Amino acid sequence: MTDLNKLTIAEARDALKKGETTSVAITEACLSEIEAQGVLNAFVHKTPEIALDMAKAADARGYADGAALNGIPLGIKDLFCTKGVDSQAASGILNGFKPEYESTVTTKLFASGAVMLGKLNMDEFAMGSSNESSVYGPSVNPWKVDDRNLIPGGSSGGSASAVAADLCIGATGTDTGGSIRQPAALTGTVGIKPTYGRVSRWGIIAYASSLDQAGPMTKTVRDSAIMLSAMAGHDMKDSTSADLAVPDFEAALTGDIKGKTIGIPREYRLDGLNADVAKLWDQGAEMLRDAGAKVVDISLPHTKYALPTYYVIASAEASSNLARYDGVRFGERAKLGAGDGITEMYEKTRAAGFGPEVQRRIMVGTYVLSAGFYDAYYNRARKVRTLIKRDFENAFAEGVDAILAPATPSPAFGIGEVSDHDPVQMYLNDVFTVTLNLAGLPGVSVPAGLASNGLPLGLQLIGRAWEEADLLNIAYTLEQKTGFVAKPEKWW
Amino acid sequence: MSIDTETARRVAKLARIKVEDDALPELAQEFNAILGFIEQLEEVDVDGVEPMTSVTPQRLKRREDVVTDGDQQEAVLKNAPDAREGFFAVPKVVE
Repeated sequence: MTDLNKLTIAEARDALKKGETTSVAITEACLSEIEAQGVLNAFVHKTPEIALDMAKAADARGYADGAALNGIPLGIKDLFCTKGVDSQAASGILNGFKPEYESTVTTKLFASGAVMLGKLNMDEFAMGSSNESSVYGPSVNPWKVDDRNLIPGGSSGGSASAVAADLCIGATGTDTGGSIRQPAALTGTVGIKPTYGRVSRWGIIAYASSLDQAGPMTKTVRDSAIMLSAMAGHDMKDSTSADLAVPDFEAALTGDIKGKTIGIPREYRLDGLNADVAKLWDQGAEMLRDAGAKVVDISLPHTKYALPTYYVIASAEASSNLARYDGVRFGERAKLGAGDGITEMYEKTRAAGFGPEVQRRIMVGTYVLSAGFYDAYYNRARKVRTLIKRDFENAFAEGVDAILAPATPSPAFGIGEVSDHDPVQMYLNDVFTVTLNLAGLPGVSVPAGLASNGLPLGLQLIGRAWEEADLLNIAYTLEQKTGFVAKPEKWW
Repeated sequence: MSIDTETARRVAKLARIKVEDDALPELAQEFNAILGFIEQLEEVDVDGVEPMTSVTPQRLKRREDVVTDGDQQEAVLKNAPDAREGFFAVPKVVE
C-alpha cells in the first residue's frame, strides 16, 4: 500500500485487521510526513520513539480482538497532559513542563490501542481563532490559493492542519468557543464538540471550565464517531463528567434521516453574510431535505448576545484558572532582581510567560469579577447564558432534531491579516460556534464545499444534549450528500 | 463606562501581571474596546432570570470520604522551578 498516512481511521483499522499493513508501517509513513511538515508547524513536540514503541506493541497485540483504535497513529493537542512529554498549552509560562500524569482522554485513547505521534500546535491556552497566539509561532493551513500563508483556524489549528495535510490519521482537539469546529471548517476536515460532560476534562489544561470540552478532529464523520466512542465516558476525576453509557457512535451511522426535522436559525443569517457561506448553507439544507428530512425556520432570539456573554464568562473563568501559573509549582519562573519579593516574582513571571491575548483575557476576567462590577458583568452574563440555553430548549421542544448553521463567517484568512490590536475583530470568528458551548450542546462541523476562491468551508450541525449518535448520523448523511473529497495540494 | 490608566494599573495589579507605566494607556484602550463590546448585554431583559450555575444539571457523584492517592512528594515537586528539601522554594515572604 502507498501513502499510508492518507488513510482514514476506518480504512487503517480495516487494513490492519486484514493484515494488509502494520501499525509500524502507518506510523513510519506519518513520522516521515511530520519530519517534512516545514512551514505548517503543526507538530511542535515530536515523539517518534514513543510512537514506534506503541506501534510495535499494537502490532504485537494483533488485530483479532479489535481494540477500537489499535495501531492508529494520532496527534495530540498540546493542551492535553501526556506523562513525561512536553505539555505546555503553547505557552511560554509552561516551558519545560513534563506532566507526571496522563490525561483521562489520552489514557483512554492509548487503552484503545492508539499510537501517539507527538503534540500539536494551538493558540496559547486555547485562546484564539487563528493559531497565531502560540509560543511556537503560527501553524499554517495546508490549503493555499495564492502566495499568502493562511491560518488553519484556532485554537486547535495544529490539529486541523495535521489532519488536513495527512501528517496523522486523526487528532484530538478541544473546544471552548469553537476551537474544534472552526479550524475543522477552515481545513476541510471534520470535528465534533460533544455535549458538556461527555468527555472527561481531567488532565486537560483548563481555560474556561464551564465551556471546555474535548473531541476528535478527523478526515471523516465515521472517524469522529470511532474516536469519540474511545474518548468519552464517566470519570471520577472530573465531577462534571456525566455518568451515562457511551453509545457505539459508529453503529449509529445509517445514513437514514427520514422524518428528522432540521431547524434553520434565522438569526444566523447576519447582515452582509459572506455569499459563499450563504450559498453552501442553502445547499446543505436542500441536501438534508433530499435525504428525507423536514427543514423548518426557527428562531434563537438571543444569538447576538452569545459572543459578549462568552467573553465575560470565558475571561472570568480564565482569570481564575490561570491564577495557578505563579512560577512556584511548574513551568518557568522569571529572573528576579535583588530584593524582589514574592509579589514581584508573580508579576514578573506572569508578564514574561503569558502572551498578549492571554494577559488581556486574564485582566478582563479580573475586572468583570472585581468588587463593584461582578453583578453588572459576570452575573448579567450568566443570566443571558440561561436565556441562550432556553432558546435552544424551546427549539428542541418544538420538535427540531438538529440545527443547521454555518461554521464560520468566512474561509481562512492570511496570517497577520486580522490585527493583533483589534481583539474584537478576531472574536467575531466564533460568532456561529460559541452559542452551543454556552448551552452545553454538541456540535459537529462537516466540510460543505469550496468557496469561490477555492478554500474549504464547513457547515455546522447542532444537536440535543447527549444525542451525539443522532447528530453524527445527520452529519454523516450530509457528508455523503456533499461528497466533499478535495484535498490541498502538497506545496510545503 | 470608560477605563482610565489608573483602573488599568489596578486591574493589572489584581491579576499579578507586571505592566510597565508606558504600556498602561494602550491597555486601557484595549479594555475599553472589549468592554464596549460586552456592554451590549445591557440591552437584554434579565428580570427574573436565574444566573446559570451548571449547563448540564446533574447531581454530583458521591464517594466514600477516604484517601485515594498520596505519597507523591517527588512527582509533585518534579516540575517546580525551585524545590529544596521536599518543599517548594520562593523568595523570602516574611522579614
